[in-house]
Amino acid sequence: MAEQAFRYIAKKRRPKEDRRFIAGAGRFVADLAIPGMVHVALAASPYPFARIRGIDAKAALALPGVRAVLTGAELAAGTEAMMSGLDAPKLRRWPLAHQFARYVGEWVVAVVAESRAVAEDAAELVEIDYEPLTPVTDPEAAMRADAPAIHPEHGSNVLFQKKWVWGPVAEDFAAADQTLSFRARWHRSSTVPIETFGVVAQWDPAQQLLDVWASIQMPKFADQLARALRLSGNGVRVHYDVDVGGSYGVKRGLKHAILAGFLARQLDAPMRLIEDRLENMRGGDAQGPDRIFDMAVAFSRAGIIRSLKIRALDDCGAHAGRAPLQLGKPVGAICGPYRVNSVEYEAISVTTNKTPQEAVRGFGQAPTNFALETAVDRVAAALGMDRLALRRANLIRHDEFPYTIPSGSSYDSGDYHAVLEKALAAADHPALVARRDAARRAGKLAGIGVATCLEPSGGNSAFEPLFNPKNETTTWMEACSVKIDAAGAIVVSMNTSSAGQGHETLAATVVGEVLECEPESIRVVRADSLSALPSNSPVGSRMAIMLGGAAAGAAKKLKATITEIGAHKLGAAVGDVEYRDGAVSLRADPAKKISWEAIAEIAHRKFHELPPGMEPGLQATHVLEVPTGGSLPGPDGRVQMYPCYAFEVHVVYAEIDRITGQVTLGPYVVGHDCGTMINPDIVHGMTYGGIAHGIGAALYERFRYDDTGQFLSGTFMDYLMPSAHEVPDVAIVDHCTPSPLTVFGQKGSGEAGYLGAPAAISCAVNDALAPLGLSIAELPMTPGLLGDLIAAENKA
Amino acid sequence: MSEHDIALTVNGRAYRATVPARLTLVDFLRDQLRLTGTHAGCEHGVCGACSILVDGRPMRSCLIFAVQADGATITTVEGLAPEPGGLSVLQDCFWETHALQCGFCTPGMLIAAHALLAQNRAPSDEAIRDAIGGNLCRCTGYKQIIEAIKLAATRLQGMNAALGQEATRQDG
Repeated sequence: MAEQAFRYIAKKRRPKEDRRFIAGAGRFVADLAIPGMVHVALAASPYPFARIRGIDAKAALALPGVRAVLTGAELAAGTEAMMSGLDAPKLRRWPLAHQFARYVGEWVVAVVAESRAVAEDAAELVEIDYEPLTPVTDPEAAMRADAPAIHPEHGSNVLFQKKWVWGPVAEDFAAADQTLSFRARWHRSSTVPIETFGVVAQWDPAQQLLDVWASIQMPKFADQLARALRLSGNGVRVHYDVDVGGSYGVKRGLKHAILAGFLARQLDAPMRLIEDRLENMRGGDAQGPDRIFDMAVAFSRAGIIRSLKIRALDDCGAHAGRAPLQLGKPVGAICGPYRVNSVEYEAISVTTNKTPQEAVRGFGQAPTNFALETAVDRVAAALGMDRLALRRANLIRHDEFPYTIPSGSSYDSGDYHAVLEKALAAADHPALVARRDAARRAGKLAGIGVATCLEPSGGNSAFEPLFNPKNETTTWMEACSVKIDAAGAIVVSMNTSSAGQGHETLAATVVGEVLECEPESIRVVRADSLSALPSNSPVGSRMAIMLGGAAAGAAKKLKATITEIGAHKLGAAVGDVEYRDGAVSLRADPAKKISWEAIAEIAHRKFHELPPGMEPGLQATHVLEVPTGGSLPGPDGRVQMYPCYAFEVHVVYAEIDRITGQVTLGPYVVGHDCGTMINPDIVHGMTYGGIAHGIGAALYERFRYDDTGQFLSGTFMDYLMPSAHEVPDVAIVDHCTPSPLTVFGQKGSGEAGYLGAPAAISCAVNDALAPLGLSIAELPMTPGLLGDLIAAENKA
Repeated sequence: MSEHDIALTVNGRAYRATVPARLTLVDFLRDQLRLTGTHAGCEHGVCGACSILVDGRPMRSCLIFAVQADGATITTVEGLAPEPGGLSVLQDCFWETHALQCGFCTPGMLIAAHALLAQNRAPSDEAIRDAIGGNLCRCTGYKQIIEAIKLAATRLQGMNAALGQEATRQDG
């Protein structure tokens, strides 16, 4: 479908959900007030690693207003251990530390009281007897045989280690004109939404039903919660009409919900657990990838990259969860947008005494892309070749799609060279070069960064069976239902919560497009987990593809039904009528038509006028399997990871202050191709926001620990996120290469800003440092780090 | 815990309450007055999500105790619209440019921008960045927020000019 053929898609339209937020009328979990609701506060471990010898809660329980104190032993006895993404059954984990505390901030005791303030007072009165143990804080040290075992039953601190070889890596390295290798470091940061995680749970003993409201973005949340609480799946009802105050991956909150649900049931009282900022930063289990990359590249004198060896060591913190799988998603774009003949990839996940990792925007792709783009720049530097020329020579060409990479994924479509040239033109690259050179002549440290990135989208989640063969998941479906009432009003029902991605607008726009009616008139509602059709939640840049596809599928079924009813009423064959703007008319005599309202009335009230055999009412459901999904990885680990691949080119100019090390960014231009944009303002907004997030990861944000495992970044004064002063005015240049796999040619968006910005900024900083003979492959490049590097060079 | 009687005006309505000394203003507004549009993001004065107008000036309600608001006139996001269910020009411009995604920082952003436009009818980009520099947004990268504030400034200037012409006609 050509873009100009759309009526509502790809047009500037006001997002449906914005209105409630600008009125201050969002419905966030902390806004809930249920009569009789009580509050949870946590006593957290001050030690990175300790045995819990005893807990004395007498003083806490004696405080007026305190209802209960819960220990890890009691919780472990009453619930199932939380699942991890790996085949590692001896890695056991509960919401409260049981026997051992394994990181600073780990929840050890939960206190319930009539107010949050009293619960906090009581939490301070809980006396916990710890026996401190020697912590492990360095991921490489954690791998040594003599390292203290953080999960002794598991036997080792290595949670996952596997090497895949795709193609003739040894031969390509042996035959290469040149090779190079280097280490790149991506330090621990995260998405850090402004809303912390929160949950409210209420047990109804009469119905034996647990109601849960939570600020979640998590696939299979209700199933896992029920399992942990030893309830059947229909014993938990998760309400998806809670507005989530930002997530970008991390709002999983399973441990919070298990704890609140358990307490709600045990005390028979509505239970509220809203993290404060410190709880969120250290005990929310929501920190991000923390990786050491050892990279090797084989290439020709002409600058053609033949082969890559990537060893990624990830420090996933004290518990496994799904974090190790973040090493898996990059398999689906392991060579980025480049033609590379062979790839070796070794993925290692280790446990240390740090806060556990959670899914972060791009699910591991942003660090990998930083390492890949650094490799490309190093090859250019080694050959004395222009960085752009090297990229042009290695990018997959437009006429090569669909293009299958060595690790088995097929890229659906793209025009990488066109997007690159568009971005360079919009940035006026020659003028940027002139500006940089003039700045350098004036004694400044100035550089230009150019980086590409792919955004694998569609959320096929094939990394699950790749990392755990016992997990034979091959569908990651999404559903939507559409109904039209007797008066003709349309209601679209979706099956998950949202955290700002504009899904109500997406669903209404798509249904409006198919049914040729104004999306503004369509009501979008959210089922709860008991009334919901299957959903895998908005992860993996999948909703434009999956919810968009499911909504279009349901609307098309309705359109066919409406056409059939109209044809029957007109006494004509379906082939002799036409659907237009909701009405059905005779092709031969368009004046003879049946209106939308009349058809709705027939469907709901006049069974005698329905075509024989048709069920009454006007409703349709569509459950969409992921395009290209449905198969397990091959024995060599080759797998179709995600269906659709969006592409971005980031071009950024940077200057570094020689004294403070502060990096000033801008101009900043992005060429972006995510196929058809359902709502351009929403897509652009997520791209701008992703870049701001990437600026944080590149220059400022880091969860720091000292050598003894103490956590040093628990506040917004230690963990620095970009404000309006640090984020430059970003310009986006759109390009549209439709995906052949989706109904409107759409691909995913929402991650690409974050996937490309750290690489581009690193490239710009290194370009600025090059005249000093310095280079750095470590993020974040904080002012302190850069300032010290430059000062040391000046002294030398 | 000592308790104190306070009297204050919030969104044009007078309230009297007895509050514990340690109760923050944001908790008072949210939990006691049930004005949940004001959000607590960090509770240590950095993120700005809890911003409100106190006697016309933007302040962080997490850094003020409720007892300190005795006698104050307060405006929260719920009080920005000219009539219930309506939208101010600024709010409408936030919608027009999609100056938000998850909506959590939005009330604080609106308060900061409202206070700016009350002081400065034609703010530069730099002045806008300064005004919202103490409000963190994790979704938008600020671009569409800055666009919204600029659009609101332009529209408000247009409305003022139209009002001025109307006044001139009536005078004439």
